[in-house]
Amino acid sequence: MTAVVWQIVQIVLVLATAPLVTGWVRWVKARLNGRRGAPPWQPYRDFYRLLQKEAVVAHSASWIFRAAPYITFASVWLAACIVPTFTTNIFLAPAADLIALVALLAIGRFWTALAGMDVGTAFGGLGASREMMIASLAEPAMLMVTFSLSLVAGTTQPAQIVVFVLGGNVGIEVSLGLALAAMLMVAIAENGRIPIDNPATHLELTMVHEAMVLEYSGRHLAMIEAAQMVRLTLFMALIACLFAPWGMAMPGAGLPGILVGMAAFAAKLFILATALAWFETVIAKMRVFRYSDFLGGALLLGLLATIFLYVSEAV
Amino acid sequence: MMGNITLMEFLSAGREVAGHKPWPRFQLDARTWRKLAEQMTVSNWEIMAEWGEPAEVHVLLRGEDSGAIAVASHPCPDGKFFALGQARPSAIRLERAIRDLWGLVPEGLEDQRPWLEHGRWGVKHPLGKPREAEAKATTYRFHTAEGDGLHQIPVGPVHAGVIEPGHFRFHCQGETVVRLEQRLGYVHKGIAGLTAGKPLHDAGRIVARVSGDATVAYSLAFARAVEAALGLEPPPRAVWLRALMAECERIANHLFDIGAICNDAAFSIMLSHLGALRETVLRANAACFGHRLLMDQIIPGGVARDLPDDGPSILHHARHAVKKGFHRAMQLYDETPSLLDRTTGTGFLSGALAHRFAAGGFVGRASSRGQDARRNPGYPPYEDLTFTVPVMSDGDVHARLMIRAEEIKASLSLIEQILAAMQPGPIATPVALRGAGEGVAVVESFRGDVVVWVRVSEAGKIVRLHAHDPSWFQWPLLEAAIEGNIVADFPLCNKSFNCSYSGQDS
Repeated sequence: MTAVVWQIVQIVLVLATAPLVTGWVRWVKARLNGRRGAPPWQPYRDFYRLLQKEAVVAHSASWIFRAAPYITFASVWLAACIVPTFTTNIFLAPAADLIALVALLAIGRFWTALAGMDVGTAFGGLGASREMMIASLAEPAMLMVTFSLSLVAGTTQPAQIVVFVLGGNVGIEVSLGLALAAMLMVAIAENGRIPIDNPATHLELTMVHEAMVLEYSGRHLAMIEAAQMVRLTLFMALIACLFAPWGMAMPGAGLPGILVGMAAFAAKLFILATALAWFETVIAKMRVFRYSDFLGGALLLGLLATIFLYVSEAV
Repeated sequence: MMGNITLMEFLSAGREVAGHKPWPRFQLDARTWRKLAEQMTVSNWEIMAEWGEPAEVHVLLRGEDSGAIAVASHPCPDGKFFALGQARPSAIRLERAIRDLWGLVPEGLEDQRPWLEHGRWGVKHPLGKPREAEAKATTYRFHTAEGDGLHQIPVGPVHAGVIEPGHFRFHCQGETVVRLEQRLGYVHKGIAGLTAGKPLHDAGRIVARVSGDATVAYSLAFARAVEAALGLEPPPRAVWLRALMAECERIANHLFDIGAICNDAAFSIMLSHLGALRETVLRANAACFGHRLLMDQIIPGGVARDLPDDGPSILHHARHAVKKGFHRAMQLYDETPSLLDRTTGTGFLSGALAHRFAAGGFVGRASSRGQDARRNPGYPPYEDLTFTVPVMSDGDVHARLMIRAEEIKASLSLIEQILAAMQPGPIATPVALRGAGEGVAVVESFRGDVVVWVRVSEAGKIVRLHAHDPSWFQWPLLEAAIEGNIVADFPLCNKSFNCSYSGQDS
């Protein structure tokens, strides 16, 4: 019963904090650039504004274009619900695992890319083709990370991995370090952050994600942006959950345990978001043709993590 | 065709027109004009500008070896002239514009499409024999590229950022650009038509607005052209003040350009740093000259206002602040490999093309063409100043950025020298009318050589005026530089060229 309650809390929590996380990243970036910056809660105002606005749809758009924002948002939101954030005691935890997570994210991306091509503008197609190129490189890397983790913990369920790690069954392992590095690289690519994509650019020709959603407005755009923000929070939650699960409430923990879990989650988000803002400030965007080097590196790290596990087992 | 003939020897076959200063103007008949075009295929004479009149075309030429400059004119009462674009591709767009504005047909030119005219003026050939025309957009036939997997990307004229309008048509294979074609002319303001018949003061204000970022250079070129036509000599202090303003403008623009190039590689912190430094310069401008962008400060005969008493100290402070901050910013640039990876090797422009198009400014100097109008033909007070003109041969985005960086350093030193050398005295000579005349001036703007040609009437009014922007010869080179690059690198290349839409559309 409590699992259902905490599940509902988590569903609301990820949605409620996602804009703040994105707003925080933007604000820190602005401060690092010597600008005053919009306050971290600006994204909430943006949502309010977008929802007030009329949704203009291109006359050449089909139902795919209208449906895509909702499908994308729903799939990403669902994915965010199954990653343990403050407690492992959530209702959907047994139902989903990391492979399902990868699939859910792929659904969102697939529909966004379809919508990008649906209108028939050059930029939509350009963005969709780039996004698919990135996805085809990022997904294997993500799966590799999943495999290495599941080899350690013996399961692909995030909740159980957390239980396993918190149970003190894992020491510091080289494999985990490599997997973390791979995971961070994948997260940057999946979220369209610098150096892969610049979420703040106005240059149509360099866009990846933004190019696909250029035609959206009003509530459609709000959905797309919300999906983007929830995805960023989801990846932060995933990294925190898999590689730094400390503080998370275990099944059977009372309200104090839950509160500690929430505080720990907030702290982890704060650290990751600030680190992201700093990283985006000190690095330039890479050439489109270097994506494969970058994500190939992630894949290789994931692979090494898996191999090292076997090696250490053999020794 | 003749072998080793200098520009002046060749042009002396024509009739010299009296009263054209400081360089001569020759009228060529149809045969000699045609021979000029033929001779240009073997001689390395450069076209610096080409423009029209209702029944005449003019071309400003420079003999690259001798450095001699002259205007060649060709009366064409039948409304046709032999197109120089056949020998010099840099003239193609100029001659298409001549046809749009004056209705003179460039014969033999393969590309007979309009250039500045988009069918929206409601009138044909507004500067020649105007003819009513229905205002409706005509379809413009872009060049094509055909092959497997090729697709088009149309960009603009309205862009996502707050920049000037221009259309870019890309033909791509995947991410690789096979062909880029530009379509410009959206901000045609009719400068030539607006200035005709205006008093000097009004015309000067219009010319200052051809391209707002180079307003000092345009005002200076206009003032020098008028002074040449009227035989005026500005007082020494005015000459120093002009150079001071020109260097302030150069620094402010170069600072922002470098920041903007880095920003296009998503490295926005450079833009923040350099934008703040540019603001330092603009505030010093406002405090010293009363206008942040120094608009309308240079007038025929001198300058509009003198430096206030605390002017030198304000400029010294600004100079120090910029020098220090710029050094740190460039250190950051040098120490950021991810950024260098984007700028190095991107958007290569060969030296041969830069020479062929007589590209000025950082575009030319980054591709081994070391032309600087402050040196050649040169104008006061630069002969009394020590400065280096940086030249590189790499021809990529990095080289264009580094040329700007070197020029900032040179300009900072120039400001110091100017402040030390300046003597008190009058700042303007009254404009005395001494009969009609024609004058031309070449001035180095931050982008390259700006040319202004004027014909002044006895009453002191502008009869005709032509303002030529360096971007005319840089835009086509951008088309060449992007070929074989990837689409996503276009903004970076474009910003490293930073051509003026307004200036070339003028």
